[in-house]
Amino acid sequence: MKSGSHLSIWFFTGICLGVNGLLIFITGIYEIANPPANKVALYDLHANVWWGGILLVLGLIYALRFSPAQERKRMSKNS
Amino acid sequence: MNLALLLLSSNTLVHLSAVDLAIIVFYFALVLGIGLYLKGQANTGEDFFMAGREMTAWVAGLAFLSANLGSLELMGWAGNSYKYGILAAHWYWIGAIPSMLFLALVMMPFYYVCKTHSVPGYLKLRFGKGAQAISSISFAFMTVLMSGINMYAMAVVMRVVLGWDLNFSILVSSLTVAAYVALGGLRSAIFNEVLQFFLIWAGALLIPILGLIEAGGWTGLQAKILQNLTEQHVANPGSYTHLWSTLGSFGSNPMGINWAGIVFGLGAVIAMGYWTTDFLVVQRVLAAKDLRSAELAPIIGAAFKMCVPFIVILPGLLGLALLRDPSGHLLRLVPADQAWSAAGQAQGLHGYDEVLPLMLARYCGPGLLGLGITALIAGFMSGMAGNVSAFTTVWTYDIYATLINPNVSDETKVKMGRWVTVIGVIISIGTAYLVMQAQSIMDYVQALFSFFIAPLFGTVILGMLWKRASPAGGWTGLLAGTLSSVGMYTWVKIDPNAVRYVALSMDAQDQAQNMFRALWSCLICIIVTVVVSYMTKPKPDSELKDVVYGLTPIPKTERVSWYQSPIFWAVVVAAIFVILQIIFW
Repeated sequence: MKSGSHLSIWFFTGICLGVNGLLIFITGIYEIANPPANKVALYDLHANVWWGGILLVLGLIYALRFSPAQERKRMSKNS
Repeated sequence: MNLALLLLSSNTLVHLSAVDLAIIVFYFALVLGIGLYLKGQANTGEDFFMAGREMTAWVAGLAFLSANLGSLELMGWAGNSYKYGILAAHWYWIGAIPSMLFLALVMMPFYYVCKTHSVPGYLKLRFGKGAQAISSISFAFMTVLMSGINMYAMAVVMRVVLGWDLNFSILVSSLTVAAYVALGGLRSAIFNEVLQFFLIWAGALLIPILGLIEAGGWTGLQAKILQNLTEQHVANPGSYTHLWSTLGSFGSNPMGINWAGIVFGLGAVIAMGYWTTDFLVVQRVLAAKDLRSAELAPIIGAAFKMCVPFIVILPGLLGLALLRDPSGHLLRLVPADQAWSAAGQAQGLHGYDEVLPLMLARYCGPGLLGLGITALIAGFMSGMAGNVSAFTTVWTYDIYATLINPNVSDETKVKMGRWVTVIGVIISIGTAYLVMQAQSIMDYVQALFSFFIAPLFGTVILGMLWKRASPAGGWTGLLAGTLSSVGMYTWVKIDPNAVRYVALSMDAQDQAQNMFRALWSCLICIIVTVVVSYMTKPKPDSELKDVVYGLTPIPKTERVSWYQSPIFWAVVVAAIFVILQIIFW
């Protein structure tokens, strides 16, 4: 939303998705190594691994693309 | 009470692990951090109440949609789709898309060009203080009431799903919302709404994906629903997966409504009223940086709104097809009052509104569960923040600065905005506790809301498109429409047989009655406005510049290629909307 001296909303979005994705992905890997006693439906699809992975990648893309450093670069190019 | 004790309970729908709690705590920390970060960017009235009018189309569009994805939306409409089948999707499609496109292409230029801070502010410019006073006072009353009810609904959900204490949920969520809106104003609310939009999708999208895999795709889902409902001897089992083909008569679908109620009551009045005149959502678009962004924002919102049934309606339908109790028997959800009665609790019954958390618990293990619960909390908080920020603006500009102290300075407005945010939240907390004491209030709220929205649409649309509409016509029409709606509601309460006149059929359920009452009240508003306008003196043309069609020069937007123009994307969204109706006919 805002460029220049302000952080973009997309940067916060990237951080949010990335951190959540990382936590879910790690939990999924841990669950594969240590399967829980009470499994959820479709456990064998390991949704937390691939869904966590997708969120992590999306989050990284947003966080890097709209990082403060990139914003500064974009601003100096425009000025 | 100890925090750990509040968060732990054995008799709950789901149990959170440490990673789930970490995800929830991270969310709260992030939204508060955003509020603190934006504090320094809300120094003027324009900054605090209109976010500096510098939002891009994407940010305004996502916030526009997110403010609507509130407390009762996710859980309530998933529950409604369990109860009424795919008919509930009408509230997302014909009950949203045409009106959002209408807002974008027809109404937004007027709102934007006249630089109003609010919808009641537009009424002041068009009809004078009478219409503004009726609209702003009723809106302020409704927003704090809705905010409190959302808060209470969230606390109940957290108790049912997680076993959290009601007071704990109410205090934590309300203090967080109060903090980030009071610090950063509308900009902070919008920032968080965009964040909440992504969280809602990230947390809820997995349920329909996994559900469809388990059900065997859409065809498998239809077959399972038909089989389950037939086994349970439910009337019209085939109608649960058809959008239009069962609307030929009132008795052939679970909602007791016909196509006229959906098209005219929902699509033409309630949806138009809500999406084009409810300041809660319109405020987000008014914060757009230029006219093209303001036109594109509702179109972007409409494109995503069309997808919301995937995370709200589909889980309800999947619940009909797949939910089983621990012994493997088909699980049948019941109305909330039945589920929450002592007998219902003893039998382990679940209410319709619990279908989404039940599906969440079915598919989501540690981590994903925390994200799903965060999605629900985000939905609740975005709705609450939307109500509070809209209340703050309407109070400051339309009630205080217009009716009480017209000479108030900009600096005082910002100070007042911060305090009124806190006061609005405190009143909302009071409302939440009031609802806790008298839960029947919740039954009346949707009706109360429709009292004001449907006639308001009649007033605003006549004001924009008909220059002969006079100030006296405007406020008397609004008042007559509102009073007639209240009158019809009271009539049916006193004499239930009156449903046959108000909603044209004794089969009409609550939602169907709302549709027809809205239709009649809007028509009454329009008729009274027209009659009184012809009997009274209109405003001269010179005073109607920038507020009425034909007298408002629409500023030329920058020249853009065809694929960047609002009209092109409106046509694309409209075409997809039509295709969806045909697919699910």
